[in-house]
Amino acid sequence: MAASEEASRSFAGLSDVSISEDIPVEGDISVPVGPSRRDDEFSTLDEPVKDTIMRDLRAVGNKFIHVLYPKRNSALLRDWDLWGPLLLCVTLALLLQGGAADHEDQGGPQFAEVFVIVWFGSMIITLNTKLLGGTISIFQSLCVLGYCIMPLTVAMVVCRIVLLFSSEGVITFAVQLAVVVASFGWSTFASTAFLADSQPPNRKALVVYPVFLFYFVIAWMILTYLLQQVFSKRTQP
Amino acid sequence: MASKNDPFQFQEFDEAGDLLEANRDATTISIDDEDVKPQKQSTATGFSTEADTEDPLANDDQAELLSGQKKSPSFWSFEYYQRFFDIETHHVKERIIGSMMPWPRKNFINVYLRRNPDLYGPFWICTTLVFATAISGNISNFLAHQGKQDYKYTPEFRKVTIAATIIFSYAWLVPLAVWGFLLWRNNKMVNLVSYAFMEIVCVYGYSLSIYIPAVVLWILPFNWLSWCTVVVALCLSGSVLVLTFWPAVRDDHPRVMIAFLSVIVLLNMLLAVGCKTYFFTTPGNKTVTPANSTT
Repeated sequence: MAASEEASRSFAGLSDVSISEDIPVEGDISVPVGPSRRDDEFSTLDEPVKDTIMRDLRAVGNKFIHVLYPKRNSALLRDWDLWGPLLLCVTLALLLQGGAADHEDQGGPQFAEVFVIVWFGSMIITLNTKLLGGTISIFQSLCVLGYCIMPLTVAMVVCRIVLLFSSEGVITFAVQLAVVVASFGWSTFASTAFLADSQPPNRKALVVYPVFLFYFVIAWMILTYLLQQVFSKRTQP
Repeated sequence: MASKNDPFQFQEFDEAGDLLEANRDATTISIDDEDVKPQKQSTATGFSTEADTEDPLANDDQAELLSGQKKSPSFWSFEYYQRFFDIETHHVKERIIGSMMPWPRKNFINVYLRRNPDLYGPFWICTTLVFATAISGNISNFLAHQGKQDYKYTPEFRKVTIAATIIFSYAWLVPLAVWGFLLWRNNKMVNLVSYAFMEIVCVYGYSLSIYIPAVVLWILPFNWLSWCTVVVALCLSGSVLVLTFWPAVRDDHPRVMIAFLSVIVLLNMLLAVGCKTYFFTTPGNKTVTPANSTT
């Protein structure tokens, strides 16, 4: 009651305000109409195609850098996109194919199997996070999980290059094993840095464990591929 | 408290606040009332604030609550399943440990579940077991064939699918059969103990958790170690199951009771021995490799 009386008191003074007649008021009330900047952001029809593509590529590249140095910033979460995960998944699936001289069934994962494991696995982990009460949305979670496959894909590329240039041996395989294990740890660490914050502390481990399992399975697929390559080199004359 | 000279004061809040202060035990209808168990107040309120901010289905739920009616969420809605994930890390840990250590008077469902079955444990334990079986089987095949020169290592990825089919059907179809059987017997005679389907799924899911370390131990190429592990794991897991279902059939006809309990144990044994022989090789055994099968 006292607060409202004060409020009406302060409003009461306003009715006495008037503009004195001897102070001229002048100005220009027309709004400058030029090339309005808001318009440019939405209509990408007028810009060169290169600009459109470069903008998206730059966003994807930016997110790769964020995965490389996982700090607690939310750029990955705020502007999610699924181009990066798609690119990484296709690269990984292609790299896990063949490479052997004979085309019989190698027993390794087919292209479609890798795809299904990555996307279905991400979907299940996202569902798990949401059912446990996470505050992250579906696409943000898919984006984070997909981008954090990057260290494993990089490890795969590095190991294949190592296979090309070095002779087969236990030491080569040990180096590859170390690289894959390190990248698996990095992936898990990076994705939990983004995902675990959206959970209450008494459920963090429940959310982190499926992510760990997911990257473990992907690391296992990479390791079996490398092992297979090592062995096929050994049996070939 | 006339409202003539304070247009900014809402009188309703004031009166409700006075009411609550006067008699805290009175049941007042409040908009935020939710159907939660009393010991889970803190997690439930944490739930509602988080779920409301980002889940459109939760907003629909709140609209229903505001209209004064509360109905249980439908089978096809998200909230129906969220109920089964209302657990914390230490609950899962306790349940896993409880499923590995059977105690004569302790019934897993009564002691650990306490009317709060969860789907998290069964699902992730089954998934872990699937991958553990496939990976360990692969490693054991590799180790068993180390010496041979013409051995071609294959990742045997098909076995993941096979393992998944076997383990998930055991974890879901057998509880369905058990639940159906108990329902049928309940119709025939009055039984004080009855288990919900989700509780049975929960028991079966958690009882598989002992096999994860067992499967990892099967990698080592010692025959005696593998079979010892099989026996130990079977005993522990089987006795947890038997102790859980014993109160449900205790008053039944003795033949029915014995048949039921032995079927449970037998299925468990089939799963363990079947997985062991199909996925794993020890030196001296013949392996079943999918490389021999045509595409």
